[in-house]
Amino acid sequence: MSAQSNVTIESTIEPPAIPPPAILSPTRPFYWSVRRELWEYRSLIVGPLVAAGVVLFGFLLGTLGLRNHLGDLSKLEPAKRAAMLAIPYGFAAMAIMVTGLIVAVFYCLGALHNERRDRSILFWKSLPVSDPVTVLSKAFIPLVVLPLVVLAVIAATQLIMLLTSTLALLAAGQDASAPWTQIPWPRVYLILPYGLAALALWYAPVFGWLMLVSGWAKRAPFLWAVLPPLALCLVEKIAFDTTNFASLLGYRLNGVFGEAFALPERHWAGGDPVSGSLPRIDPAGLLSTPGLWAGLVFAAACLAAAIWQRRYREPV
Amino acid sequence: MACIQARGLRKAYGKTIALDGVDLTVEEGRILGLIGPNGAGKSTALNAILGLTPYQGELRVLGRDPWTQRDALMRDVCFIADVAVLPRWMRVSRTLDYVAGVHPRFDRAKAEAFLAKTAIKRRSKVRELSKGMVTQLHLALVMAIDARVLVLDEPTLGLDLLYRKQFYDTLLNDYFDKSRTIIVTTHQVEEVQHILTDLVFIDQGRIVLDCAMDELEARYAEVMVTPEHTAAARALGPIHERQVFGRSVMLFERADRSQLAALGEIHTPSIADLFVAVIGGPGSSARGAAA
Repeated sequence: MSAQSNVTIESTIEPPAIPPPAILSPTRPFYWSVRRELWEYRSLIVGPLVAAGVVLFGFLLGTLGLRNHLGDLSKLEPAKRAAMLAIPYGFAAMAIMVTGLIVAVFYCLGALHNERRDRSILFWKSLPVSDPVTVLSKAFIPLVVLPLVVLAVIAATQLIMLLTSTLALLAAGQDASAPWTQIPWPRVYLILPYGLAALALWYAPVFGWLMLVSGWAKRAPFLWAVLPPLALCLVEKIAFDTTNFASLLGYRLNGVFGEAFALPERHWAGGDPVSGSLPRIDPAGLLSTPGLWAGLVFAAACLAAAIWQRRYREPV
Repeated sequence: MACIQARGLRKAYGKTIALDGVDLTVEEGRILGLIGPNGAGKSTALNAILGLTPYQGELRVLGRDPWTQRDALMRDVCFIADVAVLPRWMRVSRTLDYVAGVHPRFDRAKAEAFLAKTAIKRRSKVRELSKGMVTQLHLALVMAIDARVLVLDEPTLGLDLLYRKQFYDTLLNDYFDKSRTIIVTTHQVEEVQHILTDLVFIDQGRIVLDCAMDELEARYAEVMVTPEHTAAARALGPIHERQVFGRSVMLFERADRSQLAALGEIHTPSIADLFVAVIGGPGSSARGAAA
């Protein structure tokens, strides 16, 4: 090592003939910041994939016993049969989506906390990346990247399910066209992206709040994110015997499908399980919901506060 | 042009005053050592210069306000704050990818060439590297950035002797030139003694010494006083006195050399001895007997 230090190579000090461009396009730091998030938080991709793996494992086990099942199924009237066929596909989509949501929640809680805990914030801040770019690239993950990941994983999972059930049916000498023709795929693939987009927009204030707390709390961001809203519910109940805040929270957590889709009552009652059980998308209804816009304003306020406070943040 | 200009820089954490009116000017092409005891305000001063902490007073780095223009400033300023800040989960190759992606002045080939001289594998994660290797990696990243100011906050803390020596050798041989400015804080003063061009002592949030290294020799003299001249030497008002092998070693500031020569052997004090004299010794009004 010391031998090497004796070698002073004059030529390496010569100034570069052409100075590198001082200004990069502003989207480059954003792009690389998003990629960095994907490198750091492997669960963003692995989480939905694991959910898909579990779903597929269950589906394969079920497909092995399909032969016994098919006899019952073919006796059903076509509409009911389609509905029965669609159940595992719907279940797969739901399981992956819920996993995606859980991953998003934990991502947001760590996004501005972990960089302070491992002191890497000092390194990130030593690079010419502004706080708005950093915070917005992190918000971009649950709002855009994760829904796309979830959509891709759902599509791949459903395709694998379709192919395996087709093979199983063919092997059993049965007509394999039913899952292809009786499930309205074009409609399903209108509902899925729309539903994921609606979910992202609807939960934006939740993500924003979690990120704000993540950047603020010195420790235990999960508790700081969850307990104060619960405390507020409790205080309101005790002081005024009202539950306005609690219903507001409940509406935020449960209200999205009611606002984004036009759902006739009977489906909730479990009445008619026909192919009509697919919800009808209702973008006009969603966009005219004050709750959506109020939520987005709250999300923007949380992100603005998160950007502002990141300037002051130091390792914890 | 002055790279860094501070006037009346102040910073308080609650009741603790970290910086108490610091005035500092650093010209281009200098290597400044910012030396002080623990809690003297070194890191706070560097953090203010880097735009990591808000402050009161006036501060300009390369003509910019660090607090409001950190991201723009970081195109021209690099820093190694401590060996622990590189993200432990990141792969070596991806740290290169990322810095190349976000830094307009990063020369990837240069970083690769530097890494090729080390034992660092591209596939390794930072957490798998030894502490010395992490510093080498950070140095590789920083040296490949064509920056004008480099800030080093205890860059060699916890490294073994070989890594420490190599760190400064590399910095001087392959990085430093007259268009760059380096500010370094360290407790290992004897290591930076020969590379510094300027020396600043900071204590309790105040600058207690600000001196070019060339000036140091003319300004300070250490005399190993022969026993019979002890009283005479004390009469000249040394700023510090210590005993070595039963003889008094006295440090004088701006004293007449010919007068001193009569008292004993004269040499230029080391930074470490000067540090003890100025900050730890009875000459320091703030500390006095506490040191």
